Amino acid sequence: MITRILATATTEIHIARRNLWVLIAVLLMVVFSLVLSAAGSAPTGALGADRLSVVVASLTSLSVYLVPLVALLMSFDAVAGEVERGTLPLLLTYPVARWEVLAGKLLAHTAILIVAIGAGYGAAAAVTIAADPAAVSGLGALWRLTWTSVLLGATFLGIGYALSSLARRVSGAAGLAIGLWLGLVVLYDLGLLAAVVADNGGTFTTRVFPVALLANPADAFRLFNLTAAHATAVASGVGGAANAIPLWQSLTSVVIWPLLALVLAALAFRKVEP
Amino acid sequence: MTWMTSTLTISRLTKTFGGVAALSDVSLSVEPGERVALLGHNGAGKSTLMKIILGLIAPDSGQISVCGAAPGKAQARSQVAYLPENVAFHSALTGLEQITLYMRLRNADPAGAMELLDRVGLGAAARRRIGTYSKGMRQRVGLAQALIGRPGLLVLDEPTSGLDPVSRRDFYELLDALAADGAAILLSSHALTEVEARTDRLLILSGGRMVAEGTLPELRREAALPVAMHLTAHNGYEPDILAALPDAIRVNDALHLTCTQEDKLSTLARISALRDKVADLDVIPPSLEDIYSHFSRRDGQ
Repeated sequence: MITRILATATTEIHIARRNLWVLIAVLLMVVFSLVLSAAGSAPTGALGADRLSVVVASLTSLSVYLVPLVALLMSFDAVAGEVERGTLPLLLTYPVARWEVLAGKLLAHTAILIVAIGAGYGAAAAVTIAADPAAVSGLGALWRLTWTSVLLGATFLGIGYALSSLARRVSGAAGLAIGLWLGLVVLYDLGLLAAVVADNGGTFTTRVFPVALLANPADAFRLFNLTAAHATAVASGVGGAANAIPLWQSLTSVVIWPLLALVLAALAFRKVEP
Repeated sequence: MTWMTSTLTISRLTKTFGGVAALSDVSLSVEPGERVALLGHNGAGKSTLMKIILGLIAPDSGQISVCGAAPGKAQARSQVAYLPENVAFHSALTGLEQITLYMRLRNADPAGAMELLDRVGLGAAARRRIGTYSKGMRQRVGLAQALIGRPGLLVLDEPTSGLDPVSRRDFYELLDALAADGAAILLSSHALTEVEARTDRLLILSGGRMVAEGTLPELRREAALPVAMHLTAHNGYEPDILAALPDAIRVNDALHLTCTQEDKLSTLARISALRDKVADLDVIPPSLEDIYSHFSRRDGQ
């Protein structure tokens, strides 16, 4: 079992390396992280936080968009691409279980995400600490951001595999992936905010809104990082509106979502008839 | 032909797609060491039958046993090798990487990947991306992956398409060695003349039905197609021959005559009685193509 998963993962890494996905993911993360850390190095005295913690707060807002996007870009082709190239029937006649194929792909893509996230955040931290050695006190927040970003990425990888299995065509899978990204990380928040404003402190704001935030992996990720850093004050919009949600709830959502996404992906992949 | 010793046994298999019968009541068996050719038009059901054997799609009814297990089960998959029609690979991988993956998925030692590629004549191209390969080279990668381990059953869908004549000969030599080793081989083909000499038995599918099964001589006898004879007369003797053989007709400069298989020798005897008047004689048995069309047309095609 392990041999087969590792063999699949090795192959996927070869493919991602040749398709320049590794390079693109790393470059995206590094460039955006550096831009943000440069912007975040503005005077911060008023907030009473070290510079790195402020950079982490900015990086959280960035990652909530960028990590799901990179994950979906890497995963939308995973099953639909095999179907369209005609490589899937042969693969499925091998003594390898379908979940092992997905696990191998997930392992490879997560490893690439870890490299990209590590490079991006590492560069941001290096620049910030070089400018202000006192910023090392923010390393804890950065580490928290790092592992939750990986979990967020894994969640969207799983969702990407599920969409890829459902679409069965690369073009359809790409469309679904972009639609889902827009929906979950952009429109979802706008919709919630609009509803909160219209509700004006009613039952929606107190009952439905917190659950709706926890149900979305991207919002749960942002919520967890901002709550843990007590940084809801610097956060705007949805993050700031939900400081009443306990930390353990957002943590649970962040941890459970990758597993849930993988189960969804396995179920969708099982239905694919080559 | 018992259930226990056959590598592949199929009985009364039926599969319909959206109300259209792709396979109806198909039964067959393949023994260890036997090379069986599956013939049929496009849409006759060859690929569907193969996909059911591989467990890729489920039949509507009927029993199948593949290496003693149900199709698609881990035990069956570990012993069955497949070469799909128009085999495809990820173009970013090299031949060596692709074969290494397949060997590890089959629990074979990937150290033998290079040797395997050498066996199919791809040693020199092993480290190039498959995207740069010709169709024939991709077909060889497909063939190499089908040779991994010691498969008990090889299911090969149009295995020689895209191969040049020399590669075809090499391919059949590889198959002969595998069959001598005890592997059962089921291959589909359009190239009838090619499988004739290289397989032990022929199966003909038509419209999802098994319309004929047997060795070539058996099928020849069953079809009972007429034998054609073409005679060339010495100058001026044509009327004499036509008088002696009233069934003959004149076509261009030759006289054409057909007879049944049973009458072949007596007809030849009548012709040899005219030996002073006949310049040349060609005896043309029904071709494989004739036999094939006879069976594949017979069942309402």
